[in-house]
This record gives sequence, C-alpha cells and structure tokens, in this order.
Amino acid sequence: MRTELTINGATHALEADARTTLLDALRDHLGLTGSKKGCDHGQCGACTVIVNGRRINACLTLACMHDGDEIVTIEGLGTAEAPSEMQRAFVAHDGYQCGYCTPGQICSATAMLDEVAQGWPSHVSDDLTGEMDLSDAEISERMSGNLCRCAAYPNIVDAIRATARKEAAE
Amino acid sequence: MKRFDYARAADVAEALREGQGDGAAFIAGGTNLLDLMKLRVLTPDRLVDINRLALGGIERDGDGLRIGALVTNSDLAADETVRRDYPVLSRALLAGASGQLRNKATTGGNLLQRTRCYYFYDIAMPCNKRDPGSGCQARGGVTRLHAILGGSDKCIATHPSDMAVAMLALKAEVEVEGTDGARRRVPLDDFYVPPGDTPQVETVLGAGELITAVILPLPAGDRQIYAKVRDRASYAFALVSCAAVIGMDGDRIGHAALAFGGIAPRPWRNAEVDGLLTGQAPSDDLFRRAADLLLADAKGHGGNDFKIPLARRVLIDTLRKATRGDAA
Ligand SMILES: Cc1cc2nc3c(=O)[nH]c(=O)nc-3n(C[C@H](O)[C@H](O)[C@H](O)COP(=O)(O)OP(=O)(O)OC[C@H]3O[C@@H](n4cnc5c(N)ncnc54)[C@H](O)[C@@H]3O)c2cc1C
Ligand code: FES
Ligand code: FES
Repeated sequence: MRTELTINGATHALEADARTTLLDALRDHLGLTGSKKGCDHGQCGACTVIVNGRRINACLTLACMHDGDEIVTIEGLGTAEAPSEMQRAFVAHDGYQCGYCTPGQICSATAMLDEVAQGWPSHVSDDLTGEMDLSDAEISERMSGNLCRCAAYPNIVDAIRATARKEAAE
Repeated sequence: MKRFDYARAADVAEALREGQGDGAAFIAGGTNLLDLMKLRVLTPDRLVDINRLALGGIERDGDGLRIGALVTNSDLAADETVRRDYPVLSRALLAGASGQLRNKATTGGNLLQRTRCYYFYDIAMPCNKRDPGSGCQARGGVTRLHAILGGSDKCIATHPSDMAVAMLALKAEVEVEGTDGARRRVPLDDFYVPPGDTPQVETVLGAGELITAVILPLPAGDRQIYAKVRDRASYAFALVSCAAVIGMDGDRIGHAALAFGGIAPRPWRNAEVDGLLTGQAPSDDLFRRAADLLLADAKGHGGNDFKIPLARRVLIDTLRKATRGDAA
C-alpha cells in the first residue's frame, strides 16, 4: 500500500502492508522513534501524536487511513537546541523519571491546551458551558489517557500548569 | 493481525458495495476494531474505510438533532447545542475513554463497540459470543464486569458504552442505510437484541448495513444527570452507570427516562420504572420502590454481586439529584 503522509511538515511516501499502524510506520518505516509503544492497545498514551491538530493514539490507527493527513510527532514540536515551551517546562519541572512516557505526555499536553483554548469541557468541569479554568484536577482528568509508570504525575502537572500560565500571559 | 485487504470508500454507495460479503468490516475510528484485530478476536479479511464518507456534522432535525455517524465523541461532547440541551450526553461522553480516544471514536463505532468481557478478549478461552457454541467461561469465572440483568445461559457480558446509555435515556433513533440503499430509523431501544442463544448477534443491523446517523428528539426533560461508578476516577469502564432525563411538572415528576450501563448486555432500561416515577412527587420512598422494580430480576454471579446494591444506590442518588435540580 502506498500512503502519503505529511509528518512534521515534510511529505513522506510510505510503502507498507495495510496492517501497519501509524505508530509502526513512524518508528519502523520512517525512523521517527520519539513516539513510544507501551501497550499497543490505546491504554497508555505513550504513542500519542497530533493528527490534523488533534491528539490521538498512533497505535490504534492504520497508517493507510491517514493519506494526506498532517501529523506532528515529538520530533516536530521542538529540538534539543530549540525546545517548545512544553518541552522546556518538562525539563524545568522534572516531569519524568525514565522518560519513556514523556514524548506522549508532551504531545498530549500540547494538544490538550488547544482543546482548553477552544472551550472544551471535561468530566470534572462543574459547568459544561462556562469558562474553562485549568485547575490541577482539570489537568489530571484531561491527561488521564497518559500513564506514567514512574508516577511523575505531580511534576507533569506542574509543567503543564506552568506552560498554560505562560501561554495565558502572552 | 491477520492479513486483510483495505479499501477506502468515497461515498455511502461505494461503502455499501465494498462492505458486502462475510469477511468485510467497516472501519471508522478503529479504536475498538483494531484493538480486537490485534488480538485476533476479530479477523476480517477486508476493511472498508468509511472515514471519507459525508457522514459528519451535527444539524437540526425538526425539533431535534441529527448527529452524523462519523462525528467524533470529542466533537459531540463539545457541541454547543449538545452541551446546552442534552448535557447528559456530553457528560456520558466525557466520562468515557480518554481525550486521545474520544478524538478518534465515532458515534456509529461507539454504538457498535464490543464487550470488554475478559473471556471474549482471550482467544485461548471458549466464548459463545466470539466462537458460537464453544461455551462461556464467565459463568463460574471472574465476573466483576458482568451483567446482573438481561443475561442468558449462553452469555452474561455487558455492553461497555457510556454514550449509548445517555442516548437511550434521550430516546434516540439510529438511522441505518441498508444494502439496497434504503434508509430507515430504528429506536435505540429496539436496536440492541438480547443475547439469548445467539450472543454473537448484538443488534438488528444486518450484514453490510451502515449506520448513517443518530437522531435525538427534543429533550423531554431538562434535569439531566449521568452518574458513573468505576474502579478508577478516570479512564475506566463503568461498573454501574445511570443516565437520567427528568422533567418536573410543578412539584411532581412530569417526565422520567432512566437508562443504565455496566449492568446488562445492552444499554438497559425498564419502561415500568419510568412509569412508576411519572406523575409522582419525589421522595426517598418512591426512589426505593423504583430501585426494587429495576432490580427485581437482578442476579449476581459472585464477582458482580456488589452491582445489585450499587445500582440501587446509584439510582436513588441520581434521582435525588435530578429531582432537586442539581446541574448536569
Ligand atoms: C483503553 C480504552 C478505554 C475505553 N474506555 C471507554 C469508556 O470508558 N467508555 C466507553 O463508552 N467507551 C470506552 N472505550 C471504547 C471506545 O469508546 C470505542 O472504542 C469507540 O467508541 C469505538 O468507535 P470507533 O469509531 O473507533 O469504532 P471502530 O473501532 O472503527 O468500529 C467499531 C465497530 O463498529 C463498526 N462500525 C463503525 N462505524 C460504523 C458505521 N457507521 N456503520 C456500521 N458499522 C460501523 C465497525 O465495523 C466495528 O465493528 C475505550 C476504548 C479503549 C481502547
Ligand atoms: S502504545 Fe498506544 S496507547 Fe499504549
Ligand atoms: S517517566 Fe517513566 S513512565 Fe513516565
């Protein structure tokens, strides 16, 4: 199967079996190993990437279903020399231990802040239609699709809160 | 995964054509189908990708709302009309899965998601739903997730959807397009069939038929609550859930529609319970009688015995909140 994917702004022609998940395409065919495989069943969030502006689990979707889509992975958010605000905040707040879940956490958190900016409510929002206030409870709920086996959760929440405040101040 | 052919349908007619034949399956968000294919619980030999079909969008439909089958769970939960007029649906969606999954999961796929029964998932085990006639290991096995109502000797698996429970309380209809191209509307209450001797058959949808939309009538009650009890605070399936759509008529209950998740092979409702509540003044005594009626035939299987008192408490608590007018 031939599929054209735009990944981090560059077009890639992928030639792969239809069974290839987007995650395996990224990691095994295109050498973008930043996205991680934890469970391969949509349960851990390590594989989170941003497709057409939305965070999804790359393990539960086929690469061939994304012909023409715009995909952003952790490699596209920033580099070691020029990290994104969220990446910088994870470093500053020590938002990890082993780091395995971190690319997924950062992609997820980056897209999650856009969801909040669009006024999407969450399970813990008191008011479905009101202003969204990003409390720590809101951050935890909205990030519940990203597990951290090292339980760096408090520092992950700190990093996300700091990034949200910084963006709000700008 | 077993090898399969992949076809991307451009429109409904092409999808219906490509979807014919035993081994074909439609793929929408893929979040349930691919999970099951990786485990070889499902082994279709052709996938028909329906994501390019024009089945998106949420529109007015008379007094009600027409939700395209491809509308994602995220978009539906965030829709302004849904948040304002059908808050029980937003709440149910937001209580399900994770942000990432809701961004992919679709309205049609959510209705048709399969049970999370451990034995259905484990292909080393017999399961009447996966492999008809092979037996059921859940009876006498681990039953924490299993049904207390509506099960059969052949199967006690539960339907896992939160969304469908809210839609049932909202009296939704499912729009289906048959292989002959004719569209029909099926009340959601008639969409799911009891397991009986054929637990592999879960809905009235025929082979190769496509869900095109879900239609919600104008809500008959403005007091709407979705309560979900689960093993974790987030990102877990319901042990027991309850959707309530209540309309007050002065200090009496003018309209009552309740639906339950986690307790039965389908999103569950009992019209007699709704009837018992309608026209009555709210009281704990009334709510206890409603719970007695709902659970009169309830049967535990050991590991799920707790669901009987739990469903009772969830029902009473939800009715207290709804009749008091607590926000969704
Ligand atoms: C880790 C995890 C946690 C979850 N937690 C929850 C939860 O708490 N609550 C909850 O409700 N759900 C939960 N889910 C399930 C999730 O909601 C479903 O996987 C999702 O809704 C399925 O939608 P989909 O579009 O991805 O379906 P797909 O996987 O694409 O399809 C599912 C089935 O529907 C069929 N189908 C899809 N669309 C159509 C159509 N238009 N016409 C005919 N047939 C169609 C497919 O052939 C397939 O058989 C969870 C899932 C995961 C992986
Ligand atoms: S690897 Fe995709 S969610 Fe775990
Ligand atoms: S840092 Fe180790 S899993 Fe999260």
